[in-house]
Amino acid sequence: MLTRRALLKGGACALAAVAAPPRFLARAAAAADGRRKVLVAVFQRGAVDGLSMIVPHGDRDYAASRAAIAIRPPRAGDAGAAMDLDGFFGLHPALAPLVPFWQSRALAVVHACGSPDKTRSHFDAQDYMESGTPGVKSTPDGWLARAAMTVPAPRSPFRAVALGPTLPRVLRGDAGAISLASLDRFDVRATAEAAVARNGFESLYEQGVHDLLHGTGRETFAAVRMLKSANASQLSPANGAEYPRSRLGESLRQIAQLVRADVGLEIAFTDADGWDTHVGQGAEQGQLANRLRDFGASLAALAQDLGDRMTDVVVLTMSEFGRTVAENGNRGTDHGHATAMLLLGGGVRGGKVYGRWPGLARERLYEGRDLAVTTDFRTLFAEVAGRHLTIAKPATLFPGWSGGSALGVLS
Amino acid sequence: MSRRLAVAFGLVAACLAASLAPPAQATGPVPAADDAASVHALSRLGFGPRPGDVERVKAIGLVAWIEGQLEPRRLDDRAAAQALAALPTLTMSTAELHREYPRPDLRQKSADPQMTPRELFDRPPPEKRPVRIVAEMQAARMVRAIESERQLEEVMVDFWFNHFNVHAAKGEVKWYLTSYERDVIRPHALGKFGDLLRGTATHPAMLFYLDNWLSTRPNFTVPFGANRGKRAGLNENYARELMELHTLGVDGGYTQADVTEVARAFTGWTIERPRDDARFVFRPLMHDRGEKTVLGTRLTAGGGRDDGERVLSLLVHHPATATFVATKLVRRFVADEPPPALVERVAATFRGTDGDVRAMLRTIVAAPEFWAADARGAKIKKPFEYVASAVRAMGGHVDARAGFFLARAAAEMGEGLYGAQPPTGYPDRAEAWVNAGALLARMNFALALTQRRLPGVTLDLSPLAADAAAPDAALDRLLAALLHGEASAQTRAVLTAQLTNPEIRRQTPDDRGPANTDVAKLAALVIGSPEFQRR
Repeated sequence: MLTRRALLKGGACALAAVAAPPRFLARAAAAADGRRKVLVAVFQRGAVDGLSMIVPHGDRDYAASRAAIAIRPPRAGDAGAAMDLDGFFGLHPALAPLVPFWQSRALAVVHACGSPDKTRSHFDAQDYMESGTPGVKSTPDGWLARAAMTVPAPRSPFRAVALGPTLPRVLRGDAGAISLASLDRFDVRATAEAAVARNGFESLYEQGVHDLLHGTGRETFAAVRMLKSANASQLSPANGAEYPRSRLGESLRQIAQLVRADVGLEIAFTDADGWDTHVGQGAEQGQLANRLRDFGASLAALAQDLGDRMTDVVVLTMSEFGRTVAENGNRGTDHGHATAMLLLGGGVRGGKVYGRWPGLARERLYEGRDLAVTTDFRTLFAEVAGRHLTIAKPATLFPGWSGGSALGVLS
Repeated sequence: MSRRLAVAFGLVAACLAASLAPPAQATGPVPAADDAASVHALSRLGFGPRPGDVERVKAIGLVAWIEGQLEPRRLDDRAAAQALAALPTLTMSTAELHREYPRPDLRQKSADPQMTPRELFDRPPPEKRPVRIVAEMQAARMVRAIESERQLEEVMVDFWFNHFNVHAAKGEVKWYLTSYERDVIRPHALGKFGDLLRGTATHPAMLFYLDNWLSTRPNFTVPFGANRGKRAGLNENYARELMELHTLGVDGGYTQADVTEVARAFTGWTIERPRDDARFVFRPLMHDRGEKTVLGTRLTAGGGRDDGERVLSLLVHHPATATFVATKLVRRFVADEPPPALVERVAATFRGTDGDVRAMLRTIVAAPEFWAADARGAKIKKPFEYVASAVRAMGGHVDARAGFFLARAAAEMGEGLYGAQPPTGYPDRAEAWVNAGALLARMNFALALTQRRLPGVTLDLSPLAADAAAPDAALDRLLAALLHGEASAQTRAVLTAQLTNPEIRRQTPDDRGPANTDVAKLAALVIGSPEFQRR
């Protein structure tokens, strides 16, 4: 069995050497029966540089645009270089923990993906990606909330969960999504003498007006009761999975607990911060490499932890836009346009980079500076909603959009 | 009649509904200075009423109270100052902070290469680590929100800090943070918008946070210092957020070309001795001397430092800036969805007074929209506001140590002070703060506060417990003190039902009260109730 350390050491060569597929691809038939599908969405807030994450080493204009920060192209014996995926694209070396999933075809990439809207504002671009309506700010709810509302009754209070201290735009709406920073702390922590408190608080929010506060309160206590009986926070990571001790690692560890505790989770969401690399982005090592190392190790730990249950799970990563093709004056990158998004899990037709590559030659760039968008993010999101969550007419999750031709990234 | 008097006159009319003619702006129904109006003023212009505050406001009148809040330097603030004296970093210069709270010495690491960054960080005792600077700032904010008489100033410090947000955890920012708030945000919190804009543009905290200190003309080669020979060039981070978040707003009509041109104008605005006293400096060698066109205005070649100054001036006087700032102010003080007519009036005040914050606030408090029945209680308290208002409502007093714990409580509800990573700062809308985990954190805070589990918070429950022998009277007193008549029938019914619970109605007296109603437990429910989440 190949260890992560060996993989890191082996670098690009490891690609040829690894064979053992993750266990979940065995697809235990019994396990799949009657269990819900789960989507785990990870938002790389701050705009990840897709060109460093999934390196287009075969594009002759790539290295030339990035004197200080280009990732070295894959080369036999060069463990620190990009790890080749298909002869044209390569994985950033810090993403080595994801290599086995690529090889077993559980990991797919959609490159040059992004929004048709031209904004380079983090806030607006995130808002559009979360509402699912590029260019329209008035959309009241998020696209994952709309997806959660298609779930047939009975709906679990945990059908849609965000890990973090606030409920993100993507899950706001009438779906009753909940957010929590920590399963351990998700309860009224009354001392013995004040056991009266939980019942009292619950009663206060139980009835009365239908507003945001009361609605949230009611959902909260339903979830508290369910979580108590499921005892999810007591589940240790399985299959030897080791999560990084980072916010993302902690979030994904707890999402796995919810999956394994069978509390009815269908949509999980979490953030991964720190991608706004205007200064000193780094190349094979450095600032972005450190973020990617955490990112890759966290995703790999989730897949390992869930084991066979990954049959029912798809992880989808997204970011509001990409970054300039050329590095800026401070060995960083400024706000750009298209980026790369990843899919990992059961049903993913992996081992392939999807999407038309627009090229990095100057005349092919969006507004003369950025990677052009060739796949509207809604095409990808709708495919995940339709194929994985089996939502009928998934294009209707994105008001004002008539749908795009499927990528075929999910079976 | 001076302008000041004229405005005060308008306020009298607006607030007191006397026989005076209402001012041109305030045409709607105007409230009397009753309990409800006083509670509203204390909740919107400050961090909520303490016991006795409503009576004090009524005694001096709403107009006088508001005018007093608009001139905070004249308010005696000894209680807050006394508590803050235990936080030594607040008065230190950036150079002193660098000296007293040095970064973990990298030379230690070279001596012991096995040492992890974490171990390196943990070497100094906690009170000497650089994060102590941020912790003291957080504690000070909490202490001031609770203890300071200058309530409106604290509200505006919070408002402007979020408007001109910097993230304490980014690199050097924690050493610059103290000066940033003390020397730029606070002195101008009720002053001129242009001074805030210029102050932040030239402060090392902003120069570092949005990377402008490194932005240079294309192909600049560093001539000396540790980076000698390294090449540098343009960085557009600050230029974009300056227009999107500080002035015009994202729909304010600028283009990508404007972003690049503004970035060029600010090349050379950098930091001198960043790891010592960290002063702003303009370095001509780093500056792009070429001609620029910003928002249709040409800046001729060779403008030097003046390029940036002219951009700031263009932005301050741009009509989109007035509208953008007015929208945010009205959102803070009136409603999540700001009434457009009031936004327009506040924007007009901005344009007519060169961005005078006091004048804009006067326009807001003289507006019928501010006092309208549907505006009262319409805002959900942010975690910071919730924590401060809870302690104040309970008649609590805090020392500096309490500030640390209270800041941690707000962080658990989602608002870690100085911890907003994106340049947008923390949002000011209900849906950002109302969610399951945060609501539980609020209830848990209510329990911790009322059960006196928070170190450094002193509560005197005896006034609330005065009627403890008579359960119904005790509840009435509690609801009057904490919710000021705003309890819904539902909440009152739930709490009345609790009065027969053996946990609430104890059979023997103890230190929490002479008789048998556990007022502390009832108070926890009130502080955690839906009504108390609102202001």
